[in-house]
Amino acid sequence: MFIKGIRLPGMSSLIIWGLLWELVGQSGLTFFLPPLSEILITLYEIGDSPAFLKALKETAQAFTVGVSAAILIGIPVGILMGKNRLLDELLLPWVNIFLSAPLTALVPVLMVLFGFGMRSIIITTSLFAIWIIILNSRAGVLQINRSLVEMGRCFGATPLAAFVKIYFWAALPEILGGVRIGIIRAVKGVIIGQLLISLVGFGALFELYSANFLMSHFWAVLIVLFALAFTISELLATLERKFSYYAANR
Amino acid sequence: MEIAVSTRNISKTYPGNVEALRDLSLEFPRGQLTSLLGPSGCGKTTLLKIISGLLEPTSGEVEVNGKPVTGPGPDRAFVFQDFALLPWADVLRNVAFGLELRGVPVSEREDIAQQHIKNVGLDGFEKSFPHELSGGMRQRVGLARALAVESEVLLMDEPFSAVDEQTRRKFQEDLLGLVERENKTFIFVTHSIEEAVYVSDQIAILLPRPSRVHEILRPENLRTKGVSDIRRDPEYLDTVDRIWASLRSYVE
Ligand SMILES: Nc1ncnc2c1ncn2[C@@H]1O[C@H](COP(=O)(O)OP(=O)(O)OP(=O)(O)O)[C@@H](O)[C@H]1O
Ligand SMILES: [Mg+2]
Repeated sequence: MFIKGIRLPGMSSLIIWGLLWELVGQSGLTFFLPPLSEILITLYEIGDSPAFLKALKETAQAFTVGVSAAILIGIPVGILMGKNRLLDELLLPWVNIFLSAPLTALVPVLMVLFGFGMRSIIITTSLFAIWIIILNSRAGVLQINRSLVEMGRCFGATPLAAFVKIYFWAALPEILGGVRIGIIRAVKGVIIGQLLISLVGFGALFELYSANFLMSHFWAVLIVLFALAFTISELLATLERKFSYYAANR
Repeated sequence: MEIAVSTRNISKTYPGNVEALRDLSLEFPRGQLTSLLGPSGCGKTTLLKIISGLLEPTSGEVEVNGKPVTGPGPDRAFVFQDFALLPWADVLRNVAFGLELRGVPVSEREDIAQQHIKNVGLDGFEKSFPHELSGGMRQRVGLARALAVESEVLLMDEPFSAVDEQTRRKFQEDLLGLVERENKTFIFVTHSIEEAVYVSDQIAILLPRPSRVHEILRPENLRTKGVSDIRRDPEYLDTVDRIWASLRSYVE
């Protein structure tokens, strides 16, 4: 961002919004929005409390397992769809439906199928992430240069070798983009799971704090969540840029 | 004269009723370079891909060393017009990639690749990536990769079309050396008459779609001339003229 030709540091807009938040909070306009400084103090206080650490651990666990499953299943499925007409015709409608479906509405069904525990939360997390990962991997494979595919065949690549040594790498820029968006969606998924299925992790904290009108606690947890999601997504964006050098000349 | 590759009564009709080849028969002598010469869109790439096993002919058959072709095989290597290099791999890995796919151990395949990198004059660029190379250098990587797998038959689809005229002439000279040195059968697609006459033992002139062989020319004495004398040789000039005479009616 530039103002009068002076380059402002990357997060300047965040600083402005933070200041505004502080002002509105200080003015006591609404109990819903305590001043930012108060929230940060609360964050510091609860940051090493056992309840918070337990919630962080539970959330991180469900999130990691759910996202890993989405990646490990989503990428191969997407690549196979891009390579196999029949599979593509079979699966694509479903992927598109689930991509835009209100997944929250499916959570009760998952509870019936998989119970009220961690398993359902993990599956919810995966369901939020996997569709965009599949779709992006598929798109990545579809744009692979034809002669690269023919080169593999000419030099005798087995299907597995072609998959691992050519298709995956050729589609990597798109795959990484899908994983990044998938992870952001998974953050949403894990919290919704925790709120709807069983009150654990950050979901439980949100519920507890908002039911007791502990607004600065509520916001503190939300900020932590936002910061985590932001960091992961930035890390992946950096990774994406590392591979973008060949995205342009595949 | 021993025949390494023969195509018999090849027809190819693409979906949408595009008849690219009709009843095409051609023989490729071992250890020699045969050019496929013809106007754009006449089916040269199609024929090359059928020989490589990438495409199936609608009818007819291809034999390599007397055995019918049913798909790609280690006896044939392809040099692609657009190089088809792995952009995420350096030159060394790209050149060794054919061997990698055949399961040759790392150190062995890198030694072999190194040798071929040197042969095509890319010494010192082993660790460069394709996007850091010029078009001519990329083409040489593709050539080295095809040479490294030691196939008997080399299929080259307009390998010199992406390089400038000077480099092209250099490549043509190098190619003559290669044909002489390596006892391989080269099948070379081009649409430059001069290039075909310069590098070939045998020139097959294809006519526009549906394509068949119009004429086969065998310049007899050009091989005995030095690389820099060929272009002044009366036989060279006559052959170029003759080919132009038979093709010009299709261009007009
Ligand atoms: N996949 C395809 N589907 C339909 N038609 C095709 C396909 N590939 C090639 N053709 C057609 O077949 C004909 C021969 O194509 P081919 O690529 O073999 O020509 P070429 O001689 O290599 O031409 P150029 O010199 O321009 O490379 C062309 O008319 C082309 O339009
Ligand atoms: Mg062609």
